[in-house]
Amino acid sequence: MNQVTNKIVEKAKDIYENIKKKNKPELKSPIRALSNVRYDNDEGFFELNGSMKSRTLSASTVKTFAQTLKMMSLSKDLIETDDIATKREAYYVSKNWGDARFKEQTESDTVMDDVEAMFTVNREQLGFIPEEKGGEIAGRLIVVDKSPDTGKEIRIDCTKFGSGAYSIPSSVEELKFETNAKFILAIETAGMFQRLVKHNYWKKANCILISMGGVPTRACRRFIRRLSDNLKLPVLVFTDGDPYGFLNIYRTLKVGSGNAAHINKYFCVPQAKFIGITPQDIIDYKLPSHPLKDVDIKRIKDGIKNDPFVQHHKKWKRALRQLMEMKVRAEQQALAKHGLNFVISNYLPEKIKKPETWLD
Amino acid sequence: MTETTIGLDAFSEPETEENKTSTPIKKPVKAHELAKKQRDISIAEFFEKNRHLLGFDNKRKALLTTVKEAVDNSLDACDESGILPELEIVMTEMDNERFRISIEDNGPGIVKAQIPKIFAKLLYGSKFHSLRQSRGQQGIGISASVMYGHLTTGRPARIMSKIGVNHPAHYYELKIDTQKNKPAIVKDEEREWSKEHGTKIEIDLEGSYLKGSQSVDEYLKETAIINPHATIIYVNPKGEQIIFPRASEKLPYQPAEIKPHPYGVELGILMKMLAWTKEKNVRFFLQREFSRVGNKSAMEILEKAFILPTAKPARVNRESAEKMIEAIRSTKIMMPPTNCISPIGAELLEKGLKKEVNAEFYTSITRPPSVYRGNPFIIEAALAYGGTLQSEGSIQILRFANKVPLLYQQGACAVTDSIGKTAWRSYGLSQSGSNIPQGPCTVLVHIASVWVPFTSEAKEAIAHYPEIKKEIKLALQEIGRNLYKYVGKKRRVHDELQKRSYIEKYIPSVAEALKELLQYSDVEEKNVIALLGELLEKHRGEVEDVSFDKTKNVEYDEELAKIGKEEVEEEKDESGNEQDS
Repeated sequence: MNQVTNKIVEKAKDIYENIKKKNKPELKSPIRALSNVRYDNDEGFFELNGSMKSRTLSASTVKTFAQTLKMMSLSKDLIETDDIATKREAYYVSKNWGDARFKEQTESDTVMDDVEAMFTVNREQLGFIPEEKGGEIAGRLIVVDKSPDTGKEIRIDCTKFGSGAYSIPSSVEELKFETNAKFILAIETAGMFQRLVKHNYWKKANCILISMGGVPTRACRRFIRRLSDNLKLPVLVFTDGDPYGFLNIYRTLKVGSGNAAHINKYFCVPQAKFIGITPQDIIDYKLPSHPLKDVDIKRIKDGIKNDPFVQHHKKWKRALRQLMEMKVRAEQQALAKHGLNFVISNYLPEKIKKPETWLD
Repeated sequence: MTETTIGLDAFSEPETEENKTSTPIKKPVKAHELAKKQRDISIAEFFEKNRHLLGFDNKRKALLTTVKEAVDNSLDACDESGILPELEIVMTEMDNERFRISIEDNGPGIVKAQIPKIFAKLLYGSKFHSLRQSRGQQGIGISASVMYGHLTTGRPARIMSKIGVNHPAHYYELKIDTQKNKPAIVKDEEREWSKEHGTKIEIDLEGSYLKGSQSVDEYLKETAIINPHATIIYVNPKGEQIIFPRASEKLPYQPAEIKPHPYGVELGILMKMLAWTKEKNVRFFLQREFSRVGNKSAMEILEKAFILPTAKPARVNRESAEKMIEAIRSTKIMMPPTNCISPIGAELLEKGLKKEVNAEFYTSITRPPSVYRGNPFIIEAALAYGGTLQSEGSIQILRFANKVPLLYQQGACAVTDSIGKTAWRSYGLSQSGSNIPQGPCTVLVHIASVWVPFTSEAKEAIAHYPEIKKEIKLALQEIGRNLYKYVGKKRRVHDELQKRSYIEKYIPSVAEALKELLQYSDVEEKNVIALLGELLEKHRGEVEDVSFDKTKNVEYDEELAKIGKEEVEEEKDESGNEQDS
């Protein structure tokens, strides 16, 4: 029995004992929200505050109580048989649970997240894996993986995908890396990634390119973290110049999210730096822009007011205020105004040379 | 404008006529030629051309208006004489779209000399000059029906009335001389009538009989609901006899007649009153012709208006009268007495509603009297919720003014407006903006007043006085709060039952999951289920039964409720077509 199954059985015992003693059993898990995280300045990521969500067995909690216990049972099964289930599969498994079955996958996802938080493990350790793809890699990197059937080592050279790329698998814990690149460049959009791959930017700059495709998945974050930790590589982040790029993509990559606060420790990249597009870039490079949408303005206000990360980073606060005054946002692709390859010939080299223009 | 053209034609731009050489120049009409065409238009003639103002805009409505006016008069007469009313209404279809309506009451009867004037002279009646709560107000209604009947069928109305056992019954056949607004008597004779006292009127008229929510059937049903002391027997053109039996032997409170309150008086009326009064001086005039004016307030008004207290009322000119009005407005005068109003009473209102709808919950309220423009009024409201009421669509609204149902012009009525402007969402109904709320609900509103302000002479919608709307809203808010309490209780019981079913539903899953995790025996699994059941249901007491029992409401009258709810095949709306005929 491994550590996780031990924890699960212990919890079940505790509940059983309570029922025997005619006490109402309780399930406790940390509250997973931005309001219950603080920014740990030394470690550089979001850490949970103490607030716990306690669910005492009662008429109104009995349904989730039953579902949580069934989910724990499923997890124990998966670990013991060395199997995995995607979140979607777990939802379908619940269809055998009689009245306790889930109606929607969102319900089963929430219960899964609760179990995860309850035992402060990540869901891969519980035997659950996400369906989402983890991002794409191109550049000077060799990933050492194992063949699923023979168990033999496989060396994957990320320079050899031509105009394609290597996909980050959903579980990255066992991977090993070899490289002589100088830095990692994490890019928001697949479009920009394509351009940089097509024109061999990684060769010119001697770097590893990662396409995050929006907010990076846990696997993608973990991959970048391990890669950077193992090989001592700096991580540069390149997103659109808008609140979504700043607060959803960059912030989540660097310090984690409120929802996954219990596991941020493993799924953040505190060493990441933001190179662009900054609000100042929009001015300096005279980028064509669009007016801020209502949701953008709301996100900025919310970030300044409630996001512990922004509150700890004066530079970010100033940048957000600056964007708010400019009332505009600009996309990565806006650099094409100065020529399609301006980003490769001018923007990236200039920005990389001047760390003082970055945001932390 | 040329000097020779005078009158209406003066405004039809003679210059442009002259400039157009191709068209023959119109010969200017001479003033004396025009004068030949100008003459008095009698009120009767005016209404003949504007019958929609009186509720005769289409054939369907003509039947309703005629029945309504006669019934209103009968009930008023019975109430004033302290008689429990017994009405018999018979409607027969004589020919295509030609009907005979006969309405017979057991009222006090009418003295011979008055009969022609009451039924065949517009604006003649006992009610226009008095301030007392009654159904009729203006003295137009029944004579307009007589006129309409004559106009559409050429036949006079037939009236029989008897005032007591030792008196003969008088029979009249009447028409209206529309030019002179004078009764034209076709026949006048004495007849035998077995009835002790009462009045019967028979009118032939053109109409169209349809069932449904704006039918005579619906009108009589609502009348019966709101007048529980009356017995109404009704035979509709299909030969179906419907009896609405008396539900209460108690005569309604006899409202007192009051003098007008100074706050409600307007210049024209004041001047008329000044001219007609028998009082010797203006001080007595104010004290005796108005309610709530004592010596002190009379002197204060006169002082402010610069009128000598000893001045003769008839000598007060227009300017002084105007000053008097201003003075009245700035003088503090006690609100009028309210014993002149006879509400139905919250209890009877609720009883009536129970007859009409089979719901789970009823509530009603009679507001304390209030005043608009010097006229006292009382708002009453009742509400029924749930049960067999439809939960889809807008709530049903029943409007009454001085115990008369209002079936038309719902959208224009102050009641409807006030219902829309009440925040029903906080009382448990759904509502978007200021619209009529949605839900399984019927709301009844009654206004009782010495003078109900209507938006038109057809008396279909109540005018939008802020004081009235405020009172309606207060009444609605109060019944709304009661509704909320009930809906809240229902929700709590529902939640509780849901929780109990939850417990039963999910406990086995908890025990099963624990069994999988801890590998205990099936016996132990049963044990855990029992323990959990005990643990969770320990603190739960008895649940009150709020489920709807349709047999609980003993007042409910299914046959009655059906009246007026029939599907109407096609609404015949001929309004507009006849206005200019």
